[in-house]
Amino acid sequence: MTEEILLQADKVSVSFGDLCALHEVAFSVNRSEALAIVGPNGSGKSVLLRSLLGLVPYTGKIDWQPKVRIGYVPQKLAIDSEFPVSVGDFMSFKTHTHTKIVTALESVGITGDHHHLKKHILNKPLGTLSGGQLQRVLIAWAIVDEPDILLFDEPTSGIDVGGEETIYNLLHKLQTKHHLAIILVSHDLNIVYKYANRVLCLNRDMICYGVPHEVLDPASLRQLYGGEAHFYQHEHKE
Amino acid sequence: MSPLTLITGALVGLAAGYLGSFMVLRRMSLVGDALSHVALPGLALGLIFSFNPFLGAFAALFLAIVGIWLVENKTKLPAETLVGVAFTLSLAIGLLITPQPELLEALFGDISTLGRMDALWGILIALGTIWLVASIARSLVLGTLSEDLARSTGIATKKVDFLFLLAVALIVAVGIKIVGTLLMGALVIIPAATAKNLAHSLNSYNWMAGILGLVSVLGGIYLATHYHLPPGPLVVLASAALFLLSLTIKKPTT
Repeated sequence: MTEEILLQADKVSVSFGDLCALHEVAFSVNRSEALAIVGPNGSGKSVLLRSLLGLVPYTGKIDWQPKVRIGYVPQKLAIDSEFPVSVGDFMSFKTHTHTKIVTALESVGITGDHHHLKKHILNKPLGTLSGGQLQRVLIAWAIVDEPDILLFDEPTSGIDVGGEETIYNLLHKLQTKHHLAIILVSHDLNIVYKYANRVLCLNRDMICYGVPHEVLDPASLRQLYGGEAHFYQHEHKE
Repeated sequence: MSPLTLITGALVGLAAGYLGSFMVLRRMSLVGDALSHVALPGLALGLIFSFNPFLGAFAALFLAIVGIWLVENKTKLPAETLVGVAFTLSLAIGLLITPQPELLEALFGDISTLGRMDALWGILIALGTIWLVASIARSLVLGTLSEDLARSTGIATKKVDFLFLLAVALIVAVGIKIVGTLLMGALVIIPAATAKNLAHSLNSYNWMAGILGLVSVLGGIYLATHYHLPPGPLVVLASAALFLLSLTIKKPTT
């Protein structure tokens, strides 16, 4: 396994006016590695993702490997069912090659014969998809041009647990199959233990950073979520 | 009416409908409507100081879109309220300073008095704005869906927004000759609203709005000549009739 560094961040801070949203965060991501970012609401997780993409002004250093290709899955899209953009339209913003679109959709678990795909998926307005379906389409959109790294912002609500589980299985498959690195904002520590190589705990400050089993101890969890952290690690068979 | 005038009218209708479809997607219907009012004082200045009123109208519209763009990008103010106040104010000023004899034409347009040179400019600008907006369509729609997503793929959303507003200012300035400052907003918005009822893919929506704009202008001009009425209001009536018709047609379901 190569230790190719895709991203190195050092002393990254973000402020909105007087409010400090993120304070001196430092970490790195290698190829095919999954980094999970955890923390309570308002801890700066999404802000960190957005600053990695250059969407918010920050101080400090964010060094991407030159020519790295980044896929981004946002938390949500604000669209109504009347918005006349179909899944096919949306995918064609990235590529017009039909086979690429079908392959991307298949790798996120949206399959079917030509007729089914066309009638029930590609021609469907984006705003009429269910939360889970939309998220899969967003992932397909992010991976259709074969990125090196995927930035995945987990939705806070709206997707049932069963659905979530399969999304993570899917991300994990993509990670191993395409040597894709993943930065994943998550609210669920089980997911972190199961899928992440490293974890970054945020509460505006960086509380912990390292291998999940080593750094997610009761002390740092208390610091992260405050008071009593009612969390018990499940046993997993690797 | 000369064939050249008809061609100009048709193409300006096409461009107004096509551009309007993006205005509606961006939830800028009201802005689009009020925007056309801004043209009046510029137009009036052109009439008073005898330079091409189109240039005056465009100059006023240009200032307005820079204003909208700044409000959207540099402040957190809601554009709607500001647009409502500033644009109706400019309509009031325009009403006061427009010379009486030209007032009716400025408000409701009159394509039958279109000069040859203006007609050619109209064609050029209609085709130019369609080309411009078609070439940024992908970025425009993606930016409307999610600014983050658009910017994450390297789209300069602010630049795209500005180019789009510039195209809108150009087509509104040209369209004023046909339907006037009071009604130009309708020619931008109504065809798109109709197309939204009928289309279910992006391409069909955009171009259907364009075709509906074209049909509205030609239909309005036809009715106007037939019944000896001013064309401006009839163009708007024609597009509104198409809108009502679209409500009775059920959108094909997927």
